[in-house]
Formats: sequence, C-alpha cells, structure tokens
Amino acid sequence: MAVCVAVIAKENYPLYIRSVPTESELKFHYMVHTSLDVVDEKISAMGKALVDQRELYLGLLYPTEDYKVYGYVTNSKVKFVMVVDSSNTALRDNEIRSMFRKLHNSYTDVMCNPFYNPGDRIQSRAFDSMVTSMMVQVC
Amino acid sequence: MSWTPCFLSMLSTLVLGVSVPPGALDCWVFLSCLEVLQRIEGCCDRAQIDSNIAHTVGLWSYATEKLKSLGYLCGLVSEKGPNSEDLNRTVDLLAGLGAERPETANTAQSPYKKLKEALSSVEAFEKHYLDLSHATIEMYTSIGRIRSAKFVGKDLAEFYMRKKSPQKAEVYLQGALKNYLAEGWALPVTHTRKQLAECQKRLGQIENYLQTSSLLASDCHLTEEERESFCREILSFASRQTDSPGHKIVLPLHSFAHLRDLRFTPPNAVVHVGGVLSVEITVCSQMPVPVQVEQIAIHVHFSIEKNNYRKTAEWLTKHRAAGGLVSFPAEAAPCPAPQSSLPALELCEMFERSPSDNSLNTTGIICKNVHMLLRRQESGAALEASTGVALEDGAHVLKCTSVTLEPGANTITFQTQAKEPGTYTLRQLCASLGPVCFVLPHIHPPVQYDVYSQEPQLRVEPLADSLLAGIPQKVKFTVTTGHYTVKNGDSLQLSNIEAMLILCHAENRAVIYSNTREKASDAALRVQSSDKVTSISLPAAPAYHLIEFELDVLSLPSAPAAGGESAVLGTTEPHWKHRDTQKASHSMATTDHRVSIDCPWSIYSTVIALTFSMPFRTTHSLLSAGTRKYVQVCVQNLSELDFQLSDSNLVAAGDSSDLRLVPLHTDSQQHVRSEQAVFFVWELKWTREPPPPLHGQFSVGFSPASEQRLPVSLKPYTYEFQVDSFFTLYSVTAEISPPPGAELCKTGALCSLEVTITRLADLLEVDKDEALTESEEYFSTKLMYEVVDNSSNWAVCGKSSGVVSMPVCARATHRVHMEVMPLFAGYLPLPDVRLFKYLPHHSAHSSQLDADSWIENDGLSVDKHVDEQLDSSSIRSRGSGHSAASSEHKGLPMPRLQALPPGQVFNCSAGTQVLVVPSKDDHVLEVSVT
Repeated sequence: MAVCVAVIAKENYPLYIRSVPTESELKFHYMVHTSLDVVDEKISAMGKALVDQRELYLGLLYPTEDYKVYGYVTNSKVKFVMVVDSSNTALRDNEIRSMFRKLHNSYTDVMCNPFYNPGDRIQSRAFDSMVTSMMVQVC
Repeated sequence: MSWTPCFLSMLSTLVLGVSVPPGALDCWVFLSCLEVLQRIEGCCDRAQIDSNIAHTVGLWSYATEKLKSLGYLCGLVSEKGPNSEDLNRTVDLLAGLGAERPETANTAQSPYKKLKEALSSVEAFEKHYLDLSHATIEMYTSIGRIRSAKFVGKDLAEFYMRKKSPQKAEVYLQGALKNYLAEGWALPVTHTRKQLAECQKRLGQIENYLQTSSLLASDCHLTEEERESFCREILSFASRQTDSPGHKIVLPLHSFAHLRDLRFTPPNAVVHVGGVLSVEITVCSQMPVPVQVEQIAIHVHFSIEKNNYRKTAEWLTKHRAAGGLVSFPAEAAPCPAPQSSLPALELCEMFERSPSDNSLNTTGIICKNVHMLLRRQESGAALEASTGVALEDGAHVLKCTSVTLEPGANTITFQTQAKEPGTYTLRQLCASLGPVCFVLPHIHPPVQYDVYSQEPQLRVEPLADSLLAGIPQKVKFTVTTGHYTVKNGDSLQLSNIEAMLILCHAENRAVIYSNTREKASDAALRVQSSDKVTSISLPAAPAYHLIEFELDVLSLPSAPAAGGESAVLGTTEPHWKHRDTQKASHSMATTDHRVSIDCPWSIYSTVIALTFSMPFRTTHSLLSAGTRKYVQVCVQNLSELDFQLSDSNLVAAGDSSDLRLVPLHTDSQQHVRSEQAVFFVWELKWTREPPPPLHGQFSVGFSPASEQRLPVSLKPYTYEFQVDSFFTLYSVTAEISPPPGAELCKTGALCSLEVTITRLADLLEVDKDEALTESEEYFSTKLMYEVVDNSSNWAVCGKSSGVVSMPVCARATHRVHMEVMPLFAGYLPLPDVRLFKYLPHHSAHSSQLDADSWIENDGLSVDKHVDEQLDSSSIRSRGSGHSAASSEHKGLPMPRLQALPPGQVFNCSAGTQVLVVPSKDDHVLEVSVT
C-alpha cells in the first residue's frame, strides 16, 4: 500500500503530508515536491477538456526504482499525491483510483468542518486515521 | 510515450532474484539509458527531439543519478580522491563491463567509453557528471519543470561542496531554497538551509551565515541539539571581539524573536509633559537556550502633534483604550504559506457629501495598504536574501539593558519620562548582542503615544440638566490644572450679580483627582463672600490634576408679565385657544446670568453663563355666570420636581377699593407634582357699577416638596395680569322649539330657533364708540349676530346672521327667529350664537375680520329678514347696509365687525342640548344647504 500520502494546496504548499517510515520523510518530501512538476504539466494539458469530462485521477506521475508516484487533482485544484512501493505489484490502477476516491471523500469531510479554515494545515483526526489505514504498517 | 516507465518495469523484472556486486546494476542502468538516448538521437531530427524532451528528460535525470551514485561508490567525489578500497571496487566494475560490443567499438563517442572514462579518473568523472547534470537541468528548465531542475541542482551543489567549491554550490542552494520557501515546504527548507549554512560558513559570509543560523536555531523541524549548536554559533560570534568596533551586523528580528504584544501604562498612551510612561512588550524568543541580550531598544519617531483635540482632558476621559494592549499578528510560523505572507487588506469606507445639501455624492472603499499588496511578487518572495534592514538612527530611543531572553514569552518594560509635547511613533525594535543587532524594521500595526501639555481650565456646569430659578441649585466647578500648580492661597474670584446668589455652607469640600480620574485627596474649601466678590480658596493641587467642588446658587425668580396670550384668552373660543397654548409651550421661560471669574493662572476673567429656567407657567382667565365674575389663575409646573405651594394670594393693584376678591379655594398649602397644574379661583365683587378694570397681582410661595427645610428663605413667585371691561352688557339666549304640532324635533324637519339678546345695563362708558347712535329719546348701538354650527349638527336655513339695532338701556331685548334643521338624531348641542359690534365703515379702528370673512357673510348684503324687525331708527342702518354692499363692490372701505370683550356677553344657553328623534326614513335624507 501507500508509503506516503500528501495533500497539496492550490498554491502548491503542503496541507498534509505523512510518510512511513519516518526516517525517510525528507526524501518523500522532495519526491512529492518534484512530482508537482508533472502534476502541473498534466493539469495544464487537461485544461482544455470540458469540466464535466475532466478526469480527476492523473495516473502514474513518474516511477523511480523503488517507488511509484500517483497523482489526483480535485476541481478546486487541490492535489493528492500518493507514493507506493514499486515492489507491490499486486496494486492495480483501479485500487489506486479507489484509494484516491476515499482520500477525496475524507478531504471533503474536512472541508465541511466549519471550524476548519480552508488553506490551513489539516489536523483532523478522522483524516489522519483514514490515511493510516491506507498506509503500509512498517514493523 | 515516456521511456522511463517501460524501462523501469523491464528493470524490475530483471533484478528479481539476481545478486550482483554493488554498482553493477547502476552501471548497467547508466549504459542502457545512454544507449536508448543515443538511438533516439540517431533516428530523429533535432526538432523532434526538442519536442519530446518531456519524455526523454527522465532518462537523462536517471543517468545523472546513477553516475552520481557510482561516483560516490568509487570514491571519485571525495576531496582526497579514491582510496585503495575504492580503486578495487572500480576495477571490479570495469571488469564486469566486459569488452565493448563491436558495433560501437570504432566510434569516438559511445556510452561504454563514456562510463569507462568517467570511472577511470576523478577529473574525467567531474567533467562527465557536470555535463550530464547541466544538460538535465537545462532540459528540465526548458520544459518548465522547475522543481525537478532545482532538485538536480541540489545534487550538484552537494557535489560542489564535496569538491570544496562552495561558491559554485551557493547559487544552486539559494535557488532551491527560494523555490521551497515560496511554496512553503518546511522540511526541504530546513534541509537546504542546513546545507546553505555550511556553504556560507565556508565562504566566510558572516552576515548571511548568522542569519541562516538564527533561522535554523528557531526551526522547530530540527532536533534540540542542532538548534542549540546553531544558537551557540551566533552567541560565540557575538562574544568575539571584532577588529572594527563600529561595525554592526544587522539581522532581521523575526528569526530570533517575535514581538507578540505591547502594553502602555497609562492605557490610553497619553501622558502630560513630565509624566511617566511605561511600555511593556512581550517578546517570544525562538532560541532554544536563554540568550543574554545587552540591550533592547525601541526607536521612536517624534512629530509635533497638529491635532490639538487629542491633547485635551476631554479626550483623556472619553477615549480609553481597553487595557492599552496592542497585539501583533503572529508571523507565519512553521508553514510559511505564500498567501499568509501577504498583509491583510486594510479597508476603510469613504463617503463624500455635497457641501450644499449634505446629500451623498460618492461612496467607496479605500484600501489603505495598496503599496504592500500590489508590489512585485519577486521582491516580496526574496525573503531569504538579506534585504537591507536599515537601522534607523533617531534621537528618541527607549532602552532596556542586559535582558535575558528565555525561550518563549518574555516581558520587557521600558520607562520613559515625557519631555516634549507631540506624537511619538514606535518604529523599530532592536536587540543587540555585541556586534550583532536583531532589528524589527517596522512595527506594524503602527503604535504611538502622545505627550501633551495643557492650559489650566475652569469649567462650570449644572449638576442637573437645567437649573431652576427660585430654589437653590447645585453647580459643579471643575478646575483642570494643566501645567499650572495650584498653590495654597490661590483663589477664584467670582463677581456677584444681584439676581443670583452664591450660597455659602459651612462645609464645602473639594476633591482632587489625578489625571487618570483616580481620587487623590480631598480638602475643605473656604468660600468668602463680600458685597461684590465671592472668593473661593482652592486647595493646593499638583499639575495635571482636577479639582472638583460643588456650590449652591440661587437665582431669584423674575416675575413674567402677563403675556399677549392673556388678551386672547377667553375670546369666543376659549377652549380652543387654551389647548393651543398648552401644546405650544412646553419650554420654560429662561434667564441667563453671566458670572465673571478671575482665575489665578490668567490675567483675563473667564465669563460663564448660567441659564435658569422658571419652573412654572401661569395663565389666567375670566369666568362669568350671568353678572357674577370669577378670576381663575392656573399655575402649571413644567419642571421635573414636585413643589409645595403656599400662601397663594391675589390682590387688586392700585387704589381700586371698589373691587373685592373672595378666594373660593380653602387650602393654604398646595402640592403640585411635576407636569401638573393647580388652579386658584377668586370671585370678583365690586361696589360701584360699572367696576373698574382689574390689575391683578398673584403671588404664591413655593419650595421643593422633597426638601423639608431650606437654608434660605425663598422669594414667592409672582404673576401680574389685567382684566378689562368684564362687566356683562348682553345676555344671549337661544332656544329651539319643535315644529308646531310635534312634540320633539325630528331629523330633517325644520325647527325654529329663537335668539333673544337682552341688554343688561344702561349707557356706560364702554358703549361710547362709533356704533352708538343717538335718536330723540334713547341711544342705540348696532350689533351683528351670527349663528354658526361648527359641528355640522344643524343646517341653518335661510339667513344665519344679521344686524340689529340695540337700544342702549337696561332690559332692552331683541328676538330673532330663524329656521334650523337637525341633521342627526340625539341630544344635540345648540348652535353657537355670536355677537359682534357692528362699526360703520369710516371707523379708524382696526378691523377684526378681514375682507374674506366679510364676504362669507352673504346675509349682510341682502338682509331682508332683518328690516322687518327693524324699527324706524334702523332704516338708516339698513341703508348703510346697502351702501356697504355697494361700496364693497367698488372696493371701498366696508363696515367692520368688532368682537365684544368676553366678559360683556353672557351666553345663557351655552351647553344646552336638545333631543332630536330620528325620522322614519332618515336613510334617504337629502339635505342641500345653500
């Protein structure tokens, strides 16, 4: 499953980023940040498509030797980036899609919280536990 | 399609289960990447390659990465060059490559040759690695993948740092850091900053290094030890003696500490000259260890205040800030999001009114900080660059020396004594540690304090809303000392006025307040009165204090003469008039007293106007019952207080011993509540006929009902009036009888109205006017009667008015008969019968009715009814009537009417009612009145 999940604001600063194991946190931060280049590219390429036909799921952004980085963008240009282990070949595109959809639903719940200021870092416990459920438990 | 994914998937399948020596896989990947790239270059032209960079750049980046890791593995990146272990590993790898394939063996440039060359020497590796890196960065930049370019640049910087060339590394690090900062990625920022600090240290950029260190020392993403070490770097530099003592290193404060709030004492931040002001600031130190700061200073900008209003004592007492606390917004702390670095919009509304009629011309919203919001983004993003933090050098500085800033919130108090009046704006906050200065260049929102100097001032104001005349009233004196110190023996000299007394009590106390309205002390007040001057000795009081005391003043009630309204009172419509005047006059009559006061601080006298209001309004009226006469005086209390009235008295002034006034009220004490009235009635009796006019003098003693005993005897309230010609001359009786044969009047049926005018007295002085005519045996005068029904209960059929000639002798009677028709059923009041004196046109007297009302009296021009009743003497009058009608058409002077004084006519049937029964079919009643 995922090793890093990030929610990135429209202005490209992180709203939420969590990764396992914590030692390689910095590496994942760099990786997610670099992947924004590809996300931007895909969004601008998609910009011409009609709104209702737009696909939120961006697919595989780029692979490295050990990880695969997937992207997803909401209509409000909030980006979800997920890093999964390359060795996990059982993970199909459909599963990634459903994980993103779950993430999106949970994010929508966070946004619906009247005490949450859009643009602030996400500190919701419900969101956190949902992300944990998507992460690999590293022992 | 992108080459990288398929390449990698191929790789992952290959790697499974195969064990290889370290680096072998890297070599293989590097070679494959370059081979693929070379093939692509071989089969495509330049334009195609350029358009497909997005797909190939991944391979370039991958190859660069692999070469880098090979370099690290083989010790080619270290400063000293590879050691023997590294060399062994290199040899193994080169051997593992095997021989070059024959098809590329002859070409000058092949991936195989490239790798072999790169691994063979340090210099060659550097050359190939730099080539690849630069090529990759260039490609990334050209397709807009800035982040990836920066990331490769960071690797390159790391390489340069290892190669001991920090000046080359710095550019890449700065570039990457700027990118991460702009997008608010905290961890990469910290990491890059750490690298940059190392780089700057090696370069000897002291200022930049200290700034980066301070940022890192306050960075919560680092461990405690790392933060402490960076903090110690700053402290050790600060404690080091520098060769040039004047040189200061100015760093921004926000990394070192954060100004949280600021509190003034006094809270309104306004002090008088010589007063002490303290400023208490809360600074949150972001250092991990306590820091001993040599000096903390606030630089203050001084400007002479133009707005004088802020300096007055009124402003002081009215505008009091809540606690005097100014809070500063927290700086973007752990997540420097780009939008939070922008200042908040400061909007204010704007209205522009036209000067002539104050109507709204324009309205709008003004943004006060446009210059902050609309500046170029690039300069705004250059946070890390050491922007010129200028240290302002002002004459006004608040200082606090040797302060230890603990981690977290610290409170620092500055004390200052105000010197020059004006406005002081806090500009900069500066903390200095030896040669290092941490400066907050702008304190925002702007904070300022005011120093004022004030002239001494005396204010006199009543305690209640308005002062009442006639009773003792308290007046508050307030002396604002300003810059003047009141000494013992200073006194206020009040010039006395006759109509206003200043009452001296034995016990008068003055209270002294400090400028902040806190009670300082109180002292006895000595008041001495002589004929002309009342002297009040003030207690000694320091400058910028308030002295308050109260004095009782008494204004003597002035007697208002009976105004014009008493003349109109009691005309034909007394009730209406009375109501009108009541409605109109709810304001009390006032008198102003001007007191001039000599103050010790000024050679000029202060003139103070005190306005006293009369608490009462008095009206009088004359009431008649046949020939008996009564005088009614109404005293109306307009004030808020209740009063006790006593010893009411009405005397006829002058030597008119012929008139006697018998009071009909018995109580000597009367209580009159606020907004209520008391009536006094006297019967008027006379001994000779006709009675002389009455000059009444009414007086009543009054005192506030709440106070039992008053220190002074109060003057009674007086009222004077005059009543003329109140002797009854005519009595008018009206009677309505049902039509003959019927018992009661019916609606719609004509009834007869009989008006009887009876003369009660013989020829008197008052009758001698133009209307009087003399015939052989008696005098006669002309009267006009008029039947008016204002309430439209009756329709007067035929003539409603007429002129009669009245013999001037007692018991002479005139009867007038006319027809009226009741319009409604029920008990109807009789129509009004009015009597006027009918004056010939050549009279010089002023007309009582104007031409318009005259024309309405259509009956006069064709008075056929009247002449049947007129006797021989009235034929002339009829002629004059006709001539009046003809002269009216010519626009010549007309006969005029004069109202009889109210006392002269008594209407016997006023208030009488007649029962009218409804007719059977009154719903189809149609009445036309001509």
